Amino acid sequence: MSEQTIADIIEKYRGRPGAVIHALTEIQHANHWLPREVMHEVADALEVPFSQVMQIASFYKTFSLTPKGKHEVHVCTGMTCHLRGGARLMAKVEEITGLKPGETDTDAKFSLEAGSCLGSCSIAPELIVDGKHYGRMTPERAADVLKQYE
Amino acid sequence: MSGTIVQITLQIDGKEATVAAGTTVLKAAQQIGVAIPTLCHHEKLEDYGGCRLCLVEVESRGRTNYVVSCLYPVENGLVVRTRSEKVDKVRRLIIEELMAHAPDAPELVRLAYEYGADRNRFEKEAAFCVMCGLCVRYCDEVKQKRAVGFIDNGHAREISFIPEIAAKECWNCQECFAICPTSYAQAAYLLTEALAFPGRRKKESTPREAEEGRMANIPAVPMTFVRRPPAAKPEMAN
Amino acid sequence: MPRIQTTAELEALRAEILAARDPAKPCIAVCGGAACDGLDSAAVATAFAAEIAKQGVAAKVDFRVTGCHGYCNKGPNVLVGPDDVCYFEVKPDDVPEVVESALKGVVVDRLVYRDPASGEKAVHLSEVPFYKHQMRILTGDIPRIDPTRIEDYLAVGGYSALAKALSQMSSDQVLQEVKKANLRGRGGGGFPAGLKWETTKNAPGKTKYVIVNGHEGESAAFMDRAMLTGNPHKVLEGLIIGGYAIGAQQGYIYTRHDSPSMARHITAALEQAQELGLLGENILGSGFDFEVELHFDVGIFVSGESSALMRSIEGNAPEPRPKYIRTSVSGIWDKPSNLNNVETWANVPEIINRGADWFTSIGSEKSKGTKLVSLSGHVVNSGVVEVPMGTPLRTIVFDIGGGVPDGGAPKAIHFGGAMGRSIPISMIDAPLDFDGMSKLGAPIGAGGLLVMDENTDMIEMARYLLDFLVKESCGKCTPCREGMYQMLKILSNIIEGKGRKFDLERLAELTEVTSLGSLCALGKTSSDPLKSMLRYFKPEFEARIAAGSAAGSEAK
Repeated sequence: MSEQTIADIIEKYRGRPGAVIHALTEIQHANHWLPREVMHEVADALEVPFSQVMQIASFYKTFSLTPKGKHEVHVCTGMTCHLRGGARLMAKVEEITGLKPGETDTDAKFSLEAGSCLGSCSIAPELIVDGKHYGRMTPERAADVLKQYE
Repeated sequence: MSGTIVQITLQIDGKEATVAAGTTVLKAAQQIGVAIPTLCHHEKLEDYGGCRLCLVEVESRGRTNYVVSCLYPVENGLVVRTRSEKVDKVRRLIIEELMAHAPDAPELVRLAYEYGADRNRFEKEAAFCVMCGLCVRYCDEVKQKRAVGFIDNGHAREISFIPEIAAKECWNCQECFAICPTSYAQAAYLLTEALAFPGRRKKESTPREAEEGRMANIPAVPMTFVRRPPAAKPEMAN
Repeated sequence: MPRIQTTAELEALRAEILAARDPAKPCIAVCGGAACDGLDSAAVATAFAAEIAKQGVAAKVDFRVTGCHGYCNKGPNVLVGPDDVCYFEVKPDDVPEVVESALKGVVVDRLVYRDPASGEKAVHLSEVPFYKHQMRILTGDIPRIDPTRIEDYLAVGGYSALAKALSQMSSDQVLQEVKKANLRGRGGGGFPAGLKWETTKNAPGKTKYVIVNGHEGESAAFMDRAMLTGNPHKVLEGLIIGGYAIGAQQGYIYTRHDSPSMARHITAALEQAQELGLLGENILGSGFDFEVELHFDVGIFVSGESSALMRSIEGNAPEPRPKYIRTSVSGIWDKPSNLNNVETWANVPEIINRGADWFTSIGSEKSKGTKLVSLSGHVVNSGVVEVPMGTPLRTIVFDIGGGVPDGGAPKAIHFGGAMGRSIPISMIDAPLDFDGMSKLGAPIGAGGLLVMDENTDMIEMARYLLDFLVKESCGKCTPCREGMYQMLKILSNIIEGKGRKFDLERLAELTEVTSLGSLCALGKTSSDPLKSMLRYFKPEFEARIAAGSAAGSEAK
């Protein structure tokens, strides 16, 4: 992730206070987290108070105010996944990664998130790694899946 | 648009009130001397509707509704009841919910007495802040500094001073301390100051430039550890 | 493609597209819907493309990747035209045989549906039990369309309703037709869309907005996503027609950021519609101008609440707007704004094309048309289901859903996701429609239908839902922020065996005050699941509290 990319995104929305969410989303997607100095740059360029940028960035679950690991692991916690063993799957993934939802390991290898429902309920429970969906996941198979990302 | 102000007549607790169109029920009630409790309403600030204590019963076109008076606009023939069994029940529970966080806030103590609220109804989790947002909104709307803002959402929501702004703006203002119903705003500010730009309170404070320079790499100061003590206390072995 | 100036040019283009197509030619459609994607349908699609190239038969067989076919748990789904042979659980290894058979006009026997009990085969879509009991008016075209190609939508009659509305009907006539059809909002409320449109149309001011709510924050709901991803033009066509009827020149599509294919398909649809002149200035020479912008939520449930959604489009944190003014009068930037959900908009082209009388011939007395349902949970067949309003729940759970797996018995049906409600299975003969469900105290919601089997712990379910909602609340108003938190604590205590006798009374009071006092729809309905569970499954709560205090006194 180059600083130039972030600068380009900010430049695209310069002077448009209504586009804070757009700008932050794009930076989050590209950079996987929102450094504080970047949020200051967004506030200055889009002409919104820093506290408003901070409010939005901390309000939405998508935005991360701390660096993320190389691989983003989501365990779906939607209703169907929950009903079909999502909690056991989460427990196993927590055990394998040594993380709780919202945490990143010290080597910045994995970040673990409790994901919201993505609508693949028919193949619940689901494990999602870097956007790739793994359906009908069992605690046993989760270990194999995560191994591929080590 | 003509210059004449349209007048609206309504009834509040059996008393007739005639006020300008667009007035809220809360203001209309205040004009005729009917008191409605509120924690988040402030005459200098935009109507907010957060604490919900000012909930009243309104009857309009034969339908009864529960609305917050600080936002609900008056209408002709509206019948307002500021006290009823249901209204009191809502207020009492809200007071009890807030007292789990700020059991000694004077306004809450007074309201608890008036509504028969039990300050121990819910387990104490002293966070001191009642989320009325007066400090945040005052700093934004009146002072236009935005040195304090909301962060996070839901039950994790809290107020947070932005050190970069607070270091410059708060020392000579501190007006939010006085409007805070729980004195949490002051505590949050002092903590921010202690962590992010200490030294101000010493006789020879460091020059402002030096402070700002030091702040470049200071992270946000979440008040989490003040507001949220660990939820689960270790159980006593029996 | 050149910009189309008139209705006649649109029809000429459609004729040209159809002339180049041979309806008798085999066509292989691989499902790329959310579940099939999770079962790696992408590998199957890649294999098809490679195999068709390898055999050199690109001219003899059509191939496309489509949106969701519907029968999600049987994916990857492959449908082979022209006579809709359904193949299930297709693997890349099966691909050469499917291609050869399609060319020969024969069926790959081992990949077709077999009844789990009788072993009876079902080859064609119309014979498969999951599809047989459905009426797929909105979703039927999805397997026939590559969502990234507007030609495919035009080939199935797309944008003919827009052409009809713009060339033959006044904006009032369009509005009257929708009112007459009694199209009720599919987002959950069931409020008549025509009346809502009329409010916005008649509201003062020249600038008005129309919005597609494609947020679908309801957990265990995936039908809107299937619709919007699989046939974005149909929703867009509905929106443009709505804009014309209401007098809005600007539309917004608000949807989730975390579904990349959906974002891609909508973006492509907007670009193509713009290029063809179905969006932009003077659409089809009618003098009507209309633009559409795509907006994304950023991952919080409350953003789907109408006023919060509009705050979000304005670029603000999505806190609900504290006004007692409807958004249809004062919405985005305080301008009249009409918001309907994906499914509601998708119905509009059908109503304009086939007329209100046709529409009202489908469904129950007060709920017309079909309803999309996301069927999941403890059920054999799961996926996107479309049935006429008024269809008995039994048909959906048993005939379409195939009942509970492994011969288990259902215990409850939950509607409407995290803020929805549960009913006991004894009510399974109730009809699925707005009024029938409301009477049972379980409004239909947007259409998420979750079957829960006999082993489901309702208290744990209530606790789980509150845990979810506590994190999703915006935190602005006291009853929602604090009330849900206290309910969650009480339920957690009950589950841990620390329940106390007065807990049920405290829960009842908390649910009542949260519903009465909260600022927005999320807060007002946040305690609905718990309310329904206390209403229908109260003995479970009482037993758990009693067992907890018994265990507690034993330990002492």
